Amino acid sequence: MNRAIWAALIGHWRRNPLQWITLVAGLALGTALWAGVQAINAEARASYAAAAATLGETRFAMLRPTSGDAIAQDTYIALRRAGWDVSPLIEGRLRPSKESPVRLIGIDPLTAPMGLLPTPEGAQAEPTAFLTGPGQVFGPPDALDRLPATVTAARIAAPDVAPNTVITDIGVAQRLLGRAGKIDRLLLAPDQPLTRRPLAEIAPGLELIPPQESADMARLTDSFHLNLTAFGLLSFAVGLFIVHGAIGLAFEQRRAMLRNLRALGVPLPRLLALMALELAAFALIAGAIGVALGYGVAAALLPDVAASLRGLYGAEVSGSLALRPAWWLSGLALALGGTALAGAGALWSLARMPLLASAQPQARARALRPALQAALALGLLGLAWALALWGTGLRAGFVMLGALLLGGALALPPLLGVVLRLSQARAKGPVAQWFWADSRQQLPGLSLALMALLLAMAANVGVSTMVSSFRLTFTGFLDQRLAAELYVTAADARQAAAIEALADGPVRAVLPLMSVDTKIAGQPATLHGLRDDPTYRDNWRFLQSIPNAWDAFAKGEGVLINEQLYRRAALQLGDVIPLAQGLRLPIVGIYGDYGNPVGQVSLSESLFQKSFPQVAPRRFGLRLAPDQVPALQEELTQKIGLAENAMIDQAALKALSRSVFERTFAVTTALNLLTLAVAGFAMLMSLLTLAAMRLPQLAPVWALGLTRRRLALLDLARALVLAALTGALALPLGLALAWALLAVVNVEAFGWRLPMFLFPADYARLNLLALAAAALAALWPALQLARLPPAQLLGVFRNER
Amino acid sequence: MNAKALLLCIFLPLQAAAQGFAGLGTTPQDFTQPNPETVLRFPQDHGAHPDFRIEWWYVTANLTGPDGTPYGLQWTLFRSALAPERKGQEHQGWQSPQLWMGHAAVTTPNAHYVAERRARGGIGQAGVRAAPFEAWIDDWQMRGPDLDRVQLAASGTDFAYQVTLQATGPLVLQGTKGYSVKSAAGQASHYYSQPFYTVSGQLTLPEGPVPVTGTAWLDREWSSQLLAADQSGWDWFSLSFDDGARMMGFVLRGTQDFTAATWIAPDGTPTPFPDGAFMATPLDRQQVAGRDLPLTWRLRLPAKGVDVTIKALTPKAWMDVSVPYWEGPVTVSGSHAGVGYLEMTGYAP
Repeated sequence: MNRAIWAALIGHWRRNPLQWITLVAGLALGTALWAGVQAINAEARASYAAAAATLGETRFAMLRPTSGDAIAQDTYIALRRAGWDVSPLIEGRLRPSKESPVRLIGIDPLTAPMGLLPTPEGAQAEPTAFLTGPGQVFGPPDALDRLPATVTAARIAAPDVAPNTVITDIGVAQRLLGRAGKIDRLLLAPDQPLTRRPLAEIAPGLELIPPQESADMARLTDSFHLNLTAFGLLSFAVGLFIVHGAIGLAFEQRRAMLRNLRALGVPLPRLLALMALELAAFALIAGAIGVALGYGVAAALLPDVAASLRGLYGAEVSGSLALRPAWWLSGLALALGGTALAGAGALWSLARMPLLASAQPQARARALRPALQAALALGLLGLAWALALWGTGLRAGFVMLGALLLGGALALPPLLGVVLRLSQARAKGPVAQWFWADSRQQLPGLSLALMALLLAMAANVGVSTMVSSFRLTFTGFLDQRLAAELYVTAADARQAAAIEALADGPVRAVLPLMSVDTKIAGQPATLHGLRDDPTYRDNWRFLQSIPNAWDAFAKGEGVLINEQLYRRAALQLGDVIPLAQGLRLPIVGIYGDYGNPVGQVSLSESLFQKSFPQVAPRRFGLRLAPDQVPALQEELTQKIGLAENAMIDQAALKALSRSVFERTFAVTTALNLLTLAVAGFAMLMSLLTLAAMRLPQLAPVWALGLTRRRLALLDLARALVLAALTGALALPLGLALAWALLAVVNVEAFGWRLPMFLFPADYARLNLLALAAAALAALWPALQLARLPPAQLLGVFRNER
Repeated sequence: MNAKALLLCIFLPLQAAAQGFAGLGTTPQDFTQPNPETVLRFPQDHGAHPDFRIEWWYVTANLTGPDGTPYGLQWTLFRSALAPERKGQEHQGWQSPQLWMGHAAVTTPNAHYVAERRARGGIGQAGVRAAPFEAWIDDWQMRGPDLDRVQLAASGTDFAYQVTLQATGPLVLQGTKGYSVKSAAGQASHYYSQPFYTVSGQLTLPEGPVPVTGTAWLDREWSSQLLAADQSGWDWFSLSFDDGARMMGFVLRGTQDFTAATWIAPDGTPTPFPDGAFMATPLDRQQVAGRDLPLTWRLRLPAKGVDVTIKALTPKAWMDVSVPYWEGPVTVSGSHAGVGYLEMTGYAP
């Protein structure tokens, strides 16, 4: 019997292939974006994990020179011979021509703490080859490929090494980096021997850094990934609207068949089970397609994501994508879960359907009851409002966004209903009245597609407003901040002194850039020492400050903090914060800082040097006439021996910063456009399915004298009117979204609140785009209608129920 | 490859891999081979022989605390070369093919403390100088004006020791004038000992410092291919009898066991015995670290009237290091009474 029922059920889809395609495509597209985003996140997290595992130096305490110079190899031997169980590590970058540099790590496998060594793929560990002769380098294949030809060591693939990183023996690394006898850090084994002589006695220039929690990178980048996840969910929600529509329609159309099956004696539970199974099968097919598409999306977007994560957080993320169970399983699970959600209502109404109920499909019966929907919408919008006022935390921010969007979407059909009713009331003439009445009649069937369109448009308005506002602010910030014409990095104390001495020559001002990483008020923060200079006074904009803040700062009577620290640590102007041993100062100014998400404290140069005498400045900003920059660069290379890559001029630095910014939001923009495409597709599918169902309603109008051509034009016009109305509603919703992103999500994710700018031209363009999409979607059904054989319209009367 | 696997491979020539100590029987390439004609010279031969593949400075001591509690002590420095080097022309820096490993242990009647150190040659972290004598790895060292009087020190995360060794007898050449045959196929090593050290010093244990006195035994051995291909490991015995005599014996386990022994008279005069003269019979086996280890033995050297039972002070003397083995103090009873050390390698889990 199962087979017969099955054949009857499947028969419906065979007669309505378009509906089946709608169902599968909607689900697949929604899943694709979700799976794509999850794939990106999984790849990034795997990269952090690889970095933490294979180069998990931060898991170990370490010895570092206080001055920032390298450690002499003799010091290492002296420490070992004094009973310190330490292992040397050297690090540098190998710069292949034109491509981005590869991080090279040199270790000593004999003393390295357990778990620091890479796992080569398939190859046997060959200690003789690793330790002697040209040596071996381990790394992910793409990093190995980019090594310069000067690396003669054998290249061994080791996928678990952090991306863009290769590991080799310390002797080989010293040779490749041209730093014989130098060591950057000494890692301490967790358990040290009993008899150790004090560090100050053996190596007074070294300081002990305690191990750090390994989840640092994951925590830092959490907000970034949460952002992506939110977008994935948004597009899935749009997809779900399509699926819900398709399933609902199919169930309505099958009511007659289902009644017949039940009348023939098919038990209800079996019918329900088979239909659930049918849906599950579709969900799996759609999920698989979605995951495959998602892989494509992720592969296309990953390089940009990797670049922005590197630029923003310094996190190395692999540029190539692996098929990880975490995300493709979650994609399939989401497809199944979404289908269950979308199909539950239909199955529920089937279960409660009286055996003898009308078997006619009812277009208007497929939507929620308007009153209930309006109430739900109001509830969600209220929740969003409440969260905006009282919510805290990034997750609350995203819940608020979700409630706002869903509430707005649910509010659309009731609002459109009101508008259409008012229009009908004011309409003159029978055709106009019929047009509005027929629009109202069609609204329930179209409302899901229109809601999807609303979501996509609102998201587009919101996100583009946020990104553009951010861009304006950021560009202004760069112009203020990157005021120095040339930035240089000294390799040693001699070069640093020579650069300082430039102040007497062609250079108007030399600004040393000194910093130490620390914790302020329980938050990780960077402490900067600033030389009092007009460059800062003229360019830095305070969000809040006491009068004459710069004077207080220069006198060492106060410090400046950035907005991130101000918000995260809930500090206020005038609060006294402990900065170092015996140094506590009040906050005299708070500045906007959009460079990176970490907290910052700036204090005067003299205070900084007093508190951190071991930190010698190595980076400098140089102020001089822009046209003299090339000459100075030449001079610095010739006289001081500064390397080419130790100098970067203002324009290059700005371009670099901007490219990081653009890449960060390239992903967002791409996801946004894809969501809009999904919504357009939803519209097309809804109109196509409705077209078939509307024949009985069109036939009488046609019979009364309206030509098919006229009817088709009216249909086209209706699609445009509905799209325009939706667009009009999407604008305020999108602006609310933009506000939420700028004032809530950004503050939580990055720690800065951005001013909101409006871009009317962009919104107009978007609305035109939406209208064009709607017109395009309506064109095909309208053409079909215009060419419909009159016999079919006549047939409606013959088959009149 | 985890660090352990890499280290196993690195010390493969020295102590063999997981499948057993049979790795010591692999081909020795271009290393110098032990030669029965070689005459050992001192103090030069106290230093390293970089043209040979493997070498060790191996001290074991039977000690007693003030309350009569017996203790064992071990201090070992291994050298293993990835490639042969001529003496005097060694590579300097990280390119050196010499690898060093130290093992230190203290055994009490109910505990065993172990530490291991590893080092590259060529950078000064480990090495040996013949005169004035100094052997070191990290802060572990064995040094003195000569080999007759040395300070010995080592430390782990939970123990340390510092003792002075004073020789009361001459160096003893093992085998034939220091040429010690290890298999019927002719594998051999250069091998000499100093079995006449008296010891005094201090152990630092988790429960506090313990002053100790006793006797110690130094073994010096170098070779390029120690075991025949079929040999999987060895049982090695060094016994100090109460009457002042000493005895060294070993069994190399293979398809056919190979034994050798040296009887050392109280004045230091050695009498070597060829394969078969010395017999070692396991009496009682116990599970230690997943292995079935004989911790009581019957040892016989009929030519010298020796028929003794040796018994481990504690089964816990398992050396849980890169290449694990059992090494610990024993008591001797039977025809002769005394103390000694037992080493058992190459037992599969």
